[in-house]
Amino acid sequence: MLNIENLSVKVGGREVLKNINLTINPGEIHILFGPNGAGKTSLLMTLMGFQGYHVTSGLIILDGEDITRLPVNERAKRGLGISFQRPPTIRGLKTAQLLDICNQHGQDIEKLSYDLALQDFMDRDINYGFSGGEIKRSEMLQLMLQKPSVALLDEPESGVDLENIVILGEAINRLLNKIIPHNAIQSHKEIRELRKESGLIITHTGHILNYIEADIGHVLYNGKLSCMGNPREILHCLEEIGYEECIRCRSN
Amino acid sequence: MQKQLKELALSAKDKPAPYGLDIDISGFDAKPQRHMYQEDLSKLGDEERKAIEGAGLNLTCEGRSGSYVLMDRSMIHCNIVQPGVEVMDIADAIKKSQNTAGYMWRLVSPDADKYTSNAYLNPPQGYFIHILPGTKALYPVQACLYMGHDRMVQYVHNVVVAEEGAELDIITGCTTGSSLHSGLHVGISEFYVKKGAKVTFTMIHNWSEEVMVRPRTAVLVEESGTFISNYVSMHKVKSVQMYPVAQMKGENSTARFSSILVAPSLSDLDIGAKVFLQAKGARAEIISRAISTGGSIMARGCLIGEVPEVKAHLECRGLLLSEDGLIHAIPELVGKKAGVDLSHEAAVGKIAQDEIEYLMARGISESEATSIIVRGFLNVEIEGLSASLRSEIDKAVEESEKDLF
Repeated sequence: MLNIENLSVKVGGREVLKNINLTINPGEIHILFGPNGAGKTSLLMTLMGFQGYHVTSGLIILDGEDITRLPVNERAKRGLGISFQRPPTIRGLKTAQLLDICNQHGQDIEKLSYDLALQDFMDRDINYGFSGGEIKRSEMLQLMLQKPSVALLDEPESGVDLENIVILGEAINRLLNKIIPHNAIQSHKEIRELRKESGLIITHTGHILNYIEADIGHVLYNGKLSCMGNPREILHCLEEIGYEECIRCRSN
Repeated sequence: MQKQLKELALSAKDKPAPYGLDIDISGFDAKPQRHMYQEDLSKLGDEERKAIEGAGLNLTCEGRSGSYVLMDRSMIHCNIVQPGVEVMDIADAIKKSQNTAGYMWRLVSPDADKYTSNAYLNPPQGYFIHILPGTKALYPVQACLYMGHDRMVQYVHNVVVAEEGAELDIITGCTTGSSLHSGLHVGISEFYVKKGAKVTFTMIHNWSEEVMVRPRTAVLVEESGTFISNYVSMHKVKSVQMYPVAQMKGENSTARFSSILVAPSLSDLDIGAKVFLQAKGARAEIISRAISTGGSIMARGCLIGEVPEVKAHLECRGLLLSEDGLIHAIPELVGKKAGVDLSHEAAVGKIAQDEIEYLMARGISESEATSIIVRGFLNVEIEGLSASLRSEIDKAVEESEKDLF
């Protein structure tokens, strides 16, 4: 379980997140909507502990432990995982080598890379010359190997064509253990209740909602969480009225 | 001819080199130190064996087409395994055939600077490797230039001739014994790559911290010939300055110079390569990866397109891992005719924080992430390199990486 309590964050002296409160229970998928510059990526970067995101107040609690001041790798070890929107290229580091690093649970890399149509990328430098879709698939493959308990996905559908978005949707559902086999012995209810994996997904367009079943939606506007509810309803409202509604909402 | 060369040498006895620290040669001991010939290299003393192996030499000579070891100023071992591959001491080669002398000082002039001058004026030592037409060496020829006597100067003159259609890999390791505190190594190397021949020359420097090194290398590549140079220097050394020159005389000739350089604190490396593209279809590439952990690196490169329809690229990337180091990249492109295609890219900086954090987000520590990024940085992809040579270079880099962190 991830608890964000009264979190305020500054980047380069400017306050980008203000008093954020958010709880993600095991098994839940949360969607974070918000216009460009609202602070969505800053929230994910802060949760992971990247340099330059200074927590001025508040706490980040993962499974009861305060991780607010832990280094990035310690957070990853405790179960936080992130898929980057624009990951850096590391020359000389082969995709296969990075996947080996991620594979802490001894999974079948070859099979997973085939499922994500990345089998021909093993000898390529990570992210070097990758297309938008290839980057997202590679990020998802790394996360699937890491098996985080809380996955932070930064705009998984941006810059991705239709064919890729289907593969990615499937991968996210697998990552978050949302696929229930037809011949499951336990009831669907039991499976849902036992599900531990949770996710926080940033989306700008909301397209990803056509491929995954999200539980709760939030709108981040100007560094503040301004509403929470059914993600499809929120998306519908944003499509109809736009983020203007957030201003009205906040002024009430 | 010999008289003219001697006059040239005498005229340059005190002439400083255009680059690098100026060294007072008189401060070094030029007396020859004699060593016994060793049929079996595994019978050498512990210290020598360790150093020679550390420089990449296989003491059993297995998996080698030939071997040559120079200790101080004596050849102590020389063998040939494959017919068509000739390896011998340069002095013996001159005695055997006057043609050998004709290959000496043709590409490097004795009056280039005080180092070439003094190398000329001292008796020649070094290897002569000759590979006969059409011979493809099954394994690399290995050579080791070892300095064990403190404050010595070692003058070496190597000549490599690859006849038409011949192919050869050479691995040269340069190293010192533990009792040597300081020394000067001057190495003249002349390579003749004839029509359709291919020579891959890999040099691994493994000097000690007070040694100064002045290699003077020149290469002549004929039609459709290929010369590939790989240079690795990752250990402490006081000063290395070299600027090998390749003349691409033949049409469709190819040259590639790759350098992996690490300058620890108090080390001074001034390394480059210069290629003259002189015939249609000639291609060249100069690639360097430079890391300073406190020392200074000048990474030079110069491509000169003298005729149309030539193509060459220069790439220099530098990484500063310490606040005190210096990396100075000097890429030069000279186009003398329309129709040359020359390009360069150079970048010097520190490791990007976002790269470190990207890897940390996968669960590894900051120091592991840094080491992975550095290893990737040094992972220069060299086309046309045999798998065994690739693994030799990887081994040398891997060994040295341990000292980096």
